[in-house]
Amino acid sequence: MKKTIIQERSGGDRKPVGVEVIGLSKSFGSQSVLREINLSIHPGEIFVIMGPSGSGKSVLLRQMAGLDLPSAGSIQIDGHDPANPDTRDRFALALVFQAGALFNSLSVYDNLALYPLEHRLCPKNEIRERVLRALKILSLENAAKKFPSELSGGMKKRVAIARALVMEPQLLLYDEPTSELDPVMSATITEIIATLKNEFKVTSVVVSHDRDLALTIADRVAILMRGKLLFVGTPAELRKATDPAITDFLNPQIDLKKPRYLQLEAS
Amino acid sequence: MKQLNAIFEGLGSAILLTTRAFATLPSAPRIIKRVVEQVFYGGYGSLPIISILSFFIGAVLALQSGISLQNFGAKQLIGTLVGESLVRELGPVMVAILLAGRVGSATTAELASMKVYQEVDALVTMNIPPERFLVLPRLLAVLLYMPVLTIIAIVIGWLGGAVICNYVTFIGVEPAQYFQSMKQFLTTHKMVDGLVKSEIFGFCVILIACNTGLRTRGGPREIGHAVTRAVVFALITILVLDYFITKAQA
Ligand SMILES: Nc1ncnc2c1ncn2[C@@H]1O[C@H](COP(=O)(O)OP(=O)(O)O)[C@@H](O)[C@H]1O
Ligand SMILES: [Mg+2]
Repeated sequence: MKKTIIQERSGGDRKPVGVEVIGLSKSFGSQSVLREINLSIHPGEIFVIMGPSGSGKSVLLRQMAGLDLPSAGSIQIDGHDPANPDTRDRFALALVFQAGALFNSLSVYDNLALYPLEHRLCPKNEIRERVLRALKILSLENAAKKFPSELSGGMKKRVAIARALVMEPQLLLYDEPTSELDPVMSATITEIIATLKNEFKVTSVVVSHDRDLALTIADRVAILMRGKLLFVGTPAELRKATDPAITDFLNPQIDLKKPRYLQLEAS
Repeated sequence: MKQLNAIFEGLGSAILLTTRAFATLPSAPRIIKRVVEQVFYGGYGSLPIISILSFFIGAVLALQSGISLQNFGAKQLIGTLVGESLVRELGPVMVAILLAGRVGSATTAELASMKVYQEVDALVTMNIPPERFLVLPRLLAVLLYMPVLTIIAIVIGWLGGAVICNYVTFIGVEPAQYFQSMKQFLTTHKMVDGLVKSEIFGFCVILIACNTGLRTRGGPREIGHAVTRAVVFALITILVLDYFITKAQA
């Protein structure tokens, strides 16, 4: 197994981190988005969060990254508050934003190289190697000199994932990594997520609508609806779920005789 | 009341931003490149417009004082008047106003857009403090280029005045006499006062620009609002501060 920068920095001992979500609630003004979420994400597992859009998945992920403060309850990464900068000194944490959040004034190469450069993790030629390797994994070799404004939506997303790979994080949060990608690239990303778990012992939290991804690589799956957790369990348990809200979400039947929008209008 | 609240909130966050930015000063070596970039953009890039503007301000100043002083037969004092006004007031104030319009607005727009498109969030998750990466280089850079810009503006303004005095026939003061009367009353002390003023103005303009940008919330439309707010607030700050600094330096 190749040594990661973080291993080198912390003397070779790199433990995956766990995430505890304790009674977490978040509201914006009068709108309550997350309600009393309790979750325990184990070190080193791939945890997939599914749910309809607007159910609060991105908000939950931002809370885990320590970008917003909860209205009530708390989140702990191995017992530390993610919003505290010291925690980010202790663990490398990466968030792949839904829209990429690439640095628009930097080229793709510089976007990737920024983290190791700023943290003085390794000499320049090693950074270069690392960046080129990440670009290659995501078939972005030809985009290194491009700027984010010159990329398509799917390419931006791949650059965002590559940027996270270069960080070699212990906790990797993905916000819909495979949306906007073609089937081959989706499969590649799914494989990367699974490989990282084995190779680098990273804990992954993946927000996704991608059923294949959830059922093939997830260790556990959670379903979030209207700010509440409807289900937490293994993919096998999920397949057996009988709750109509869950089954209808996973296997929506297209029924042209009784279109959904008409039912919605009627109710 | 609401506006007063906003002003105090802005002031508080600006102070907080300054302390946070300067708390990262120990890691300054790794931002040298970004400081140089900012000096180039803000300082070097502002030179042409500052030269043109200060030439004409000096010219107008000389022309106007020529018209006024003629009645008292005190034309030989034009040099003194132009020299001192530029050093103590017009030089620093004009450069600061230009800075607010050119560099301040661009800074706010850039940081606000980084905030809105989550680039700032990305920096935070990468454990790169935006205060160090985005704010400190700009603050250090403005402290470096502001006095230089001001000196250049003052000197070009003087020259503008000299040209007017020499070539406008009803004034007809020779350059030698013009600079002689300027030299007579101009002291190093006054020069330093002017430069201190310009440092304070420059720092405040960039601080306001960064703070307003980073405090932007919402969608793209807010970027435009943020720029407007930052420039207006910077201009007010320059003029209000000018009064108090002038008073303190008197
Ligand atoms: N910064 C914010 N201010 C106000 N409301 C927000 C904010 N962020 C998210 N919301 C609201 O929270 C809800 C969940 O959003 P989000 O987590 O982005 O959904 P999704 O599950 O599709 O990722 C939405 O109704 C959205 O309007
Ligand atoms: Mg989302």
